Formats: sequence, structure tokens, C-alpha cells
Amino acid sequence: MASLSVPATGGRGLRRPTALTGFWSWFTTVDHKKIGLMYGVSSFVFFIVGGIEALLIRAQLASPDGTVLNADQYNQIFTMHGLTMIFLFVMPMSAAFFNYLIPLMIGARDVAFPRINAFSFWAFILGGLFLYSSVFLGGAPNGGWFGYAPNSTTDPTIGMTFYALGLLITGIASSAGAVNLAVTIINMRAPGMSLFRTPVFIWMGLVVQFLLAFSLPIITVGLFELLFDRRWDTAFFDPTRGGDPVLWQHLFWLFGHPEVYILILPAFGIISEIIPVFSRKPLFGYQFVVFSGISIGFIGFGVWAHHMFAVGLGPVANTAFGLSTAIIAIPTGVKIFNWMGTMYRGDLWFATPMLYSVGTIMMFVIGGLSGVTHAIVPSDYQQTDTYYIVAHIHYVLFGGAIFGLFAGMFFWWPKIFGRQLNERAGKWQFWVQIVGFNLAFGPMHVLGLNGMIRREYTYPASLGLTFWNQVSTVGAYLIAVAILMFIVNVVRTQRKPRGLENEDPWDARTIEWMTSCPPPVHNFDEIPTIHSIDEFWHRKYVEDHKTGTLVPVQAGAAPTHADDDGAHGEGHGIHLPSPSFWPLVAASGLPVIAYGVLYSWVVVGAGAFVMLVGFYGWALEPSVAEG
Amino acid sequence: MADVAIERPTGEPETTTGLPSTKLAMWLFLASECLLFGALITTYVLYRGRSDVGPYPADVFDIAYTSVSSFVLLASSLTMVLALSAAQKRDMGRMRLWLLATAMLGLTFVGGQVYEFTTFYHEGLGISTNLFGTTFYVLTGFHGVHVTVGVMMLLSLVGMSMADRLPDEPAFPVEMIGLYWHFVDIVWIVIFTIVYLIPTGVAPK
Amino acid sequence: MDEMQDRSETAGHGASASHSAHGTHPSPKEYIRIGVILAVLTGLEVTTYYVKVRTSILIPTLFVLAFVKFVLVVMWFMHLRFDDRRYARFFVMGVALAFTLFLIVLISFRTFLG
Repeated sequence: MASLSVPATGGRGLRRPTALTGFWSWFTTVDHKKIGLMYGVSSFVFFIVGGIEALLIRAQLASPDGTVLNADQYNQIFTMHGLTMIFLFVMPMSAAFFNYLIPLMIGARDVAFPRINAFSFWAFILGGLFLYSSVFLGGAPNGGWFGYAPNSTTDPTIGMTFYALGLLITGIASSAGAVNLAVTIINMRAPGMSLFRTPVFIWMGLVVQFLLAFSLPIITVGLFELLFDRRWDTAFFDPTRGGDPVLWQHLFWLFGHPEVYILILPAFGIISEIIPVFSRKPLFGYQFVVFSGISIGFIGFGVWAHHMFAVGLGPVANTAFGLSTAIIAIPTGVKIFNWMGTMYRGDLWFATPMLYSVGTIMMFVIGGLSGVTHAIVPSDYQQTDTYYIVAHIHYVLFGGAIFGLFAGMFFWWPKIFGRQLNERAGKWQFWVQIVGFNLAFGPMHVLGLNGMIRREYTYPASLGLTFWNQVSTVGAYLIAVAILMFIVNVVRTQRKPRGLENEDPWDARTIEWMTSCPPPVHNFDEIPTIHSIDEFWHRKYVEDHKTGTLVPVQAGAAPTHADDDGAHGEGHGIHLPSPSFWPLVAASGLPVIAYGVLYSWVVVGAGAFVMLVGFYGWALEPSVAEG
Repeated sequence: MADVAIERPTGEPETTTGLPSTKLAMWLFLASECLLFGALITTYVLYRGRSDVGPYPADVFDIAYTSVSSFVLLASSLTMVLALSAAQKRDMGRMRLWLLATAMLGLTFVGGQVYEFTTFYHEGLGISTNLFGTTFYVLTGFHGVHVTVGVMMLLSLVGMSMADRLPDEPAFPVEMIGLYWHFVDIVWIVIFTIVYLIPTGVAPK
Repeated sequence: MDEMQDRSETAGHGASASHSAHGTHPSPKEYIRIGVILAVLTGLEVTTYYVKVRTSILIPTLFVLAFVKFVLVVMWFMHLRFDDRRYARFFVMGVALAFTLFLIVLISFRTFLG
């Protein structure tokens, strides 16, 4: 990189951090791999918390007239369960995969803006902690993750103010991350890697970043308006002064529906990488998968009002949005056929990542089909606000997105940690999880159609809903057992010494497997030149045209480094971005400002000052320290 | 979003598209800002003429005054491109002069807005008085905050230039901050038309 | 989106192939000319306020004037006209999406029906 006419120290007499290892290095790191790991670990902690909340809900609903929680606690817990799972687990866990894998899969040394990347992470984690601090400061948000006005604007507790502020902070984190990762994919690819030679995971990553960049600003406005209504008594959603609560629903779902694809497309990308590896076949119809992903992204912006059929938008709007919703099933279906086509006549190997991928497809198909039933407006009138919807969202977001994320964890664990998770334990976990999952959420279809209403904290025995609720609760606790098995597996694996017998344990296809496990700080000693999709595979095997079989290029183990790229650089002479504590300083201003909005303008000023110091320190510091 | 503009001001490594990453990021950021202001303006338009009590727009607006503000902001866009022109010719003195002029015009605009807000407030229009007050203050206030952030970036640029801490290619950060500045200007073009000039049903004259 | 980046491949690796945009920026004179046009258009806009015009003519006129100003600033001052087209695609995507989505929202509220 070119030299900079700026001194190497960060200014103000503070020494720039240089350590790349050790406890404090985690606070100053700008390495996409460390940031990815931090995203992964912290979002998994939130997953546990959100899971415990789910277990409390199921305990409360296990019997009629349950007394585990009172109505107020129940409201807070189901709201925090939704917020946690969506904003503090699935989104950041996807960000963990994107952060860790995008540079490795496109042959880059880091993301386009490493310090903005660190800022995004710190803003996310501080936003999450801010949201949870509400528990100790007067009660958690209690108006559902969708925060419908005027319930959310008139609630007397402080919870929904925390909701608005907390989501604004995590929104800032995601917006900055989206711009960063989109530019990374567009601008940082290895030589020869045209967009149509990038793995499908990269494509899905690109679509997700665009969805985030264009949908988050809308919810930002909605949340600001909600905040102003609550804090400064404005009239945005106040019907008594002419305001219209339906506007909130529009702003929320204009974001909320693209958000659904933001949650599911990363999992689609992950299983699109895994299924070809374990079928030992290239992905069937790569272009179709890519284009259907892009069209899901576009159409995903045109279906938001199907969450609002019962609002009374009128027959024209309802019909139009019913149609667009039915249409979006087409590209989704295309993908499913492509995955099946990939497996068809493949040399299938049902290792844990593959089991989870197939599980993802099956569960998503069930969820997708129940989704199509909501697209039919009269049918939706019966289903809206019942447990049928709860069943649907859990089949697509748990059965789809979270199963896909588990597939990714098992698949890339050796890459990231240099250790392999126990396969036997993994398979047990999968079967327990999928049985528990279907027991937990399958009966909810029945409950919903029998009239059980969402978000009710209890039900009388006379409604005859008890049996299926009990089944559902048993299923939920089975899921908890599966997650416990995962944690035990992780702890036992991480205690073993690092080292893989084979650095390419799955016989993989993409270039992140061409570097060591775990990868060095600079990712690749020599950036490989890309000649095709599945570059690594083609370096390992050639097709024998006479017999149509695959022949290894070299006898013995697969090469872990590019052999045809000239001399190995050993990583010397590569200038990586230097660590910096300014992103953390700048991000820590955000929750301070948020507390200030709740309590005092002085605190807002202090927070703004901290942010300014952070940004000025950042601007005056070169991205790569000299020397 | 000062960080977007100042990250890697120079020494951009060779990129896949040949375009500098910072500039791509800046345009993507501005594209996403369109949705932000789009939602705010939509809220204003939806609630226009739906206030149940006064003061109404026609009671408080002083079009002559706001027109002057609009001219000031437009002029600042002109001085901004002149600063860029000077930076490209490495005429640092003139660049600083035009940047300062831009910042001063921006400050004039913000000052004018503060004065306007105070006047309206004294005429009885608070943020919670009616839907007009709510949507007007939040929309124009959001814009004003954007202008203020821009002024801070401009002044920082001047400061860094005086301390000789600008990168080798000084035109690049000027161009990036300029893009942001012009964006704020075009948002005002839309706001000026929709909020001030289009009558709200009640005869404005 | 896809075609945009696909083309980028061919224009791509020649490093600063399109980065030389600086050379094609308009001259200060041209900037000033645009500035004068913008000022005149703004003058026209303000005039409509003081002259009695029927609403059915006034509103379209104001929109056209604002649109022309918008385009002039984006094309010249933000030099999209002289820059790589891929920047323009990003921006147009944002503007078009915002316009379409929010138009649909307003229509669903029957905002334009009097």
C-alpha cells in the first residue's frame, strides 16, 4: 500500500496497539477472522438466552391456566425471545459467517474497511447489551418484536423505548456492515474471480447486504418516529391526533419482509456450498440458484403488505400483495429443485453438515408451503395472529435458517479452529434436534387452526388445546437437549490439541480450503488465481473424458496450497491493517447516547463527545501503521 | 458517517472493478440514505393537511425567508465543487478557502433553521402540537443534523489540511465529503418543494 | 445489479482504467454556469408562490423544476455524468426503490384521492 504522509502514532500521545494475540488484542483487532469469531461467540450466547426464554414460554403454556409466568412477564419474555433470536442471534451469526468466510472465499486478505468492520461488531454487541439492560431498568420491551403502534407508543413501562433505541443501535451496526461487505465482494476478489465464478454463498452474501442497505433505513425512520412518540409526545402513530398506526406497520414490514430474506438467504448460501461437497457433484444449475437468489431479493421488497391483510388495505392491495407473495415462491422453489438436482445420482455422504443441510431443505419446504397458504387472502384471515403463523415462522427461521447455520458450523469448524467436531455426537444432535423441532412446532399448525391465538399468556382447559401444547413443550425441551449436546461436543473438541489429520477433511470445492486450518493472519501466502467455479476442486481432480470419472491431479493427499502460483510468499511483505481501539471508542458512544435519550441531555452530550473522539482518532490514524 | 468518507483516503489497493472502494461505499451509503429520507418525506406527505388543530403551515411559513436559506444551501454546493476543483489542481490555499466558504454557508443554513424553529415555536407550533409540527420538525430536523455533520466534516478537512495531515491525493477526501454534501443539498431541493412550496389545501396567500 | 458487475470484469483488472475520472471533471466555469442555472430555477420556484397559478398546473410545474435541479446537481456537482456508470447504478437503485415503495404506500392510504 502506498505510504501515507501521516505519523504512525494515533495522536494525543496514545500509543497505537500492536499486539495481534492475547486478551486485549480482541478489543483492538480489525482482523475479519477474529471479528467473525467474536460475532459467532457472542451471538451464540444470545442464542442460549433466547432459548431459555423460549423454554419459559413453553413451560408456561404446558398446561392450561399456567402459573410459571404472569401476563406481564410473559409479554416481556416473548418479545425478548423474538428480538434476541432475530436481531441478536440469526443476523449476527450470519454476519459471523460472512465476516469469516467472505474474504477467504474470494481470496482477499481482509474486508474493504477493516475498522468499520470492528465498529459494526462493537455497535452490535453494545446494542444487544443495551437492549438487555432494560431488564434491570424498569422492564424489558413487551410489545412484540413488531412493536405495533399504538400499543407500543402508549405502553406505560420503559420497555418499548429501549426497543426503539436498542434496535437503532444494532441497525447502525448492520448498515455499516452491509456497505462494507457489499463493497468487499464487489471490489476485493482474487484475480480471475468474476462474479460468476464466486461461490453461491458469496452471491447470497451480496444479495443480503443490498437488502440490508435498502431496508434498514426504513425501519430506522420507523423506530425514530416510535421513539419521538414515546419520548417527546409526537403524534406520528397517535390516532387521537390524526396519526395513523398503519403507517408503523408499513414502515415495519417494508423492512420486516426483506428482513425475512436477510435471515434465510445466508443459510441458503451455506447449504448451497455444503450439498455439492457431500454429493461430490457440482451445484446443479449454478446460474439458476444465483438468479433466483437475486430475484428473491428484488421481489422480497414487493410483498410486505401480506403481513397486513387483516388491516383493511382494501381488495386491490390485498390481491396484488397476495399475487406477489405467491410469485416469490417460484424462485424459492427453483432453489429447492436445484439442491435436489445436485443430490440426484450424487455420491452422497451423510456427514453432519449434510444431514443439517437436508434437514434445512425439508423443514423449509414445510414452512414455505404453509407460507403459500398465507398468500391466499381469505385463508390468511383465518390464520393471522394464530399459532399457525407461529408454526410457519419457526419452520422457516428455525428449521430453515438455524438448521442451515448449524450445517455451516459443523462444515467450517475444522477450517476455523483446526479441530473437527465429533461426528457421532453431531449426528445424534441432529436427530434429537429434528425430532424435537417437529414435535415443538408441528402441533402448532393444529393449535392455530383450532383457534389458539398468538401471544396469549395462557388458555383455559375447556378449549381442548392442552394435549398439543404438551407435545409442543416436550419438543422444545428436546431441542434444548440437542443444543446441550452441541455445547458438550464443542467443549470436548476445543480441549483437544489443535491439528487435523487432513486439512481438507470434506474434500471441499472452494478456495478457503486452500489455506491452512486455521488460516494465517494474512489468509493466503499467495493469492490464488481463479479459473473456474469450484476452483479448488478443479485443482484436485480432472475428468477422464473416456470413462467420465474423476481422476486426482496428484497421487496422495490433496494439496493445501496453490502449486501453480509460483514461489510461496510465506506472508512476508504483506501489510495488513493495524489494530486500532478507535472503532471500540466510537461504538461505545452509541449506548451512552441512547441512555442519555432515556435519562438526560448531559449524557447524550457525553456520548456524542465519546463518538466524536473515536471518529477523530480514527480519521487521524492511518489504517496501516508505519514501521 | 465521517468514517465512511475518511477510511483509506489514499493508497487504495488495486481493486477488482478498478473503482476505489471508498467511493463505491459512499455511493451505496447515499443510495441507502435515499430510503431514509424517502420514509421521512412519505410520512410528511401522508399527514399533510391532516392536523386537527393549528398552527397550520400557512400560518407560520415565511417563504421569502426559507427561499434565502435555499439559495444559501445551493450556493454551498457551488463552493464545494470549486473546492474540489482547487484540490485537483493542488491549490491548497484556495481549496481551504472554498471549503471554509462551504462550511460557513452550511452554518448559515443551520443557523437559519434554528431561528426558523424558534420562531415557529413562539408562534405556538411545538413538536407535539399537531401532526404538522411532528412531521415538519422531525423531517427538517433530520436534514439539519445531516447538514451539521457535513459542516463538521468540512471543518475537519480544513483543519487536517492546515496541519498538513491530508493524504497525498487531497482531492479524494474532498470529493467524498463533497458527494455527501451535494446529497444533503438535493434532499433539501425535494423538501423545499414538498414542504414549503406546494400548498396544503388551505390557501397560502 | 448482476449485469453491472459482470461488465466490471471486462473493464476490471486494468487497475486505474476508470479511476482517471479526475481528468474529466468539469471546469470551474462550467460549475458556475450550472450554479447560475440552479439559482434561476430556484427563483422560478419561489415566483410560483407569489403568482396565482392553478393547483393543477402549479404542482406538476414545481415537480418538474425540482426534478431538473435534482438531476443537475447529481449529474454535474456529484459528477455522475462524467464518472463510471456503476456508481450511477447504485444511486439509481436507491432512488428508484425509494420512489416506488413509498408511492405504493401513499397510494394504499389513498393519499392522492383528494
